[in-house]
Amino acid sequence: MSAAANTISPQLTFQHGIHPEEFKELSNLKPIERMAFVPEYRLPLSQHIGAPSLPVVKVGENVKRGQKIADPGGYVSVALHSPVDGTIKDIGIYTHPNGRELPAIIITTDAYSSQEFVGMESVDPYSLSKSEFIQKIQDSGLVGLGGAAFPAHVKFNIQEDKKCKYLMINGCECEPFLTADDRLMIEFGEELIEGIKILNHFIGAEKVYIAVEVNKPKAIMNLRNLASDNIEVVCLKVKYPQGAEKMMTSAILGKEIPAGGLPLDLGVLVSNVGTLVALAQYFRNGIPLIERVVTVTGTTMNRPSNVMVPVGTPMESLVKWCGGFTSDTTRILLGGPMMGMVQKRLDVPVVKGTSGILALSSEQVKELNEYSCIRCGRCLDACPIYLNPSHLGLLAKKGLWEEMEENHVMDCFECGSCSFVCPSAIPLVQSFRVAKGFIKQAKKRDV
Amino acid sequence: MSILIAIAALGGLTLLLAIMLVIANRKLYVYEDPRIDVVEDLLPHANCGACGFPGCRPFAESLVDGRSLPGKCTVSSEDERQVIANYLGVDVGAEEKLVARLACAGGTNVARNRATYQGMQTCQGASLVSGGGKGCFWGCLGLGDCEEVCDFDAIHMDEHGIPQVDNDKCTACGDCVEVCPKDLFTLQPVSHRLWVACKNLEMGDDILEECEVACTACGKCAMDAPGNLITMENNLPVINYSENHNTKDPIQRCPTGSIVWLDEKLGVVKGRESQKIIRKGERMAGES
Repeated sequence: MSAAANTISPQLTFQHGIHPEEFKELSNLKPIERMAFVPEYRLPLSQHIGAPSLPVVKVGENVKRGQKIADPGGYVSVALHSPVDGTIKDIGIYTHPNGRELPAIIITTDAYSSQEFVGMESVDPYSLSKSEFIQKIQDSGLVGLGGAAFPAHVKFNIQEDKKCKYLMINGCECEPFLTADDRLMIEFGEELIEGIKILNHFIGAEKVYIAVEVNKPKAIMNLRNLASDNIEVVCLKVKYPQGAEKMMTSAILGKEIPAGGLPLDLGVLVSNVGTLVALAQYFRNGIPLIERVVTVTGTTMNRPSNVMVPVGTPMESLVKWCGGFTSDTTRILLGGPMMGMVQKRLDVPVVKGTSGILALSSEQVKELNEYSCIRCGRCLDACPIYLNPSHLGLLAKKGLWEEMEENHVMDCFECGSCSFVCPSAIPLVQSFRVAKGFIKQAKKRDV
Repeated sequence: MSILIAIAALGGLTLLLAIMLVIANRKLYVYEDPRIDVVEDLLPHANCGACGFPGCRPFAESLVDGRSLPGKCTVSSEDERQVIANYLGVDVGAEEKLVARLACAGGTNVARNRATYQGMQTCQGASLVSGGGKGCFWGCLGLGDCEEVCDFDAIHMDEHGIPQVDNDKCTACGDCVEVCPKDLFTLQPVSHRLWVACKNLEMGDDILEECEVACTACGKCAMDAPGNLITMENNLPVINYSENHNTKDPIQRCPTGSIVWLDEKLGVVKGRESQKIIRKGERMAGES
């Protein structure tokens, strides 16, 4: 290995952004462990963006681990598979982690089953045509595991008139606390590279970048050793939101994605590392997306860990598996502290988009005593896409949604940097989300 | 001398322009029914849009044209509508008065909060954060977006954080219907006295853990109602108002009092078997 390959430079980055405390040391040395099976699993039918899946099983039916229990409900939708050998207990309305009450399938685990995976044969991906490949991905239930849970086959199905020049693999994991992708890159590096090769066979990108923030030196070294051909591991500065696809593209290529555009406008396709590991495992072993790595962490978590969790596991059981949390826990978040959603109850399941469970103590939760905007301009320096959050916040307070749209609120991807730096504790991002809702509603009405 | 020239020049110019204006006025004259102005003056000037027109002036135009009847204006009083009808020589076209009604009764004394909500103090904001702090997903969040949006001072939050609609002031403009993130408001004729004050879709007594006045979908009201007046759909009773609904039978056996009779004088009347809740303060977690 040459000397250059051992250094973690040059460190690329984007303009603006923030530096929150990392807290990754809580769990970044903990190897991924498997969780024991629990008696009951709850699988919401809409774990992805798009139409909900349509159940193909009946109450009382026995299912095998990895068996398909729901079909895709449309093009922007994926299949759903059983994470255990068991029986369908119920199909009804249950609480979804997003706080809404949505249809879900309940499976009781067969206590005497070996839970050995006896699914499909492995498939040779290189023998498939592109449309067959896309179909396979949809059937495997694969979604973007970064957090948004956008169906992977829709993203990978690039239209004829567009050309993908660069494939970017997102291993930034810029959210504080989370270490799931870090561990994946260390422990599942081979699968990751295999997944990249399979995907690139169908996409035909000239260059593949694996983007990793420099606070994951082990992952960088591991992937540098495994990378070959046109795959390059690039080091990015530790900064939030480095892992947003717009920020990553501008850091690596030095070009900005136009407002309202997609990375594909610059010939870039961005995919999360977890997605590609799952893709490789599907083609290698025939395992559909029935489990994912979740970082269970936080300063009040007794045993912070990275756990391979079957999708549908109740969060209570997962937290108990990690030793539960101490009594001064005041807030539980799904995902990271910057973009994660507050959770009010723990009887909800882990879904495909759950990247972490975070327990915070009262000291770390910012008291929301809102004061007036003092126009200090810190949010302007923080916003990675050069919006004016303070002005937008004032407009939101007055309910001037149309003016907010003129000020490009629709380009905001809700990274939370402005709320983080605001000394007056103004709930900026929340008001932008409300505004986006109103603007979308108004557009729908006008059509 | 020069002052005279100036006067003559300016006077001549004024005269010329005046003549041009007179000609323009004659040539470009648009006839407008003078009654439109009178009728507009008689209307309440609220520009609320409850009549279905963009404001009072377009409504006045349609009244004079005979396209609609004064009864459409729900803001003006009966006498005022009669005055307009008499002036135009038309029928009042009495339409039944509609009021906004809330399909939730889960105030802080009966419904439990699972979490304390901090952030934007509006229902729209709270509903984005895990659906609000309340245990019941469907219930009223109690932050008063409807009170804020009401132009007629008809909605006020009560001591338990539930909006109370003043039937006399409500004009059924529909602003509260639009703003509620939980879609709890609907416009109902005042004569619809039988009312289901719950929107939760869960079945069974589990929901009582979250709210003591929730509908448990037991179906007793549907059984007691005459004919097909009440049917159970999606674990909620649906009242078919096209049938005779002037009966208090269905509310009597409701165990939680989620189907109620809205009496003109007595206000909300619950059935005999519904549990009596006298708790004044907040319902704390763990308390049953």
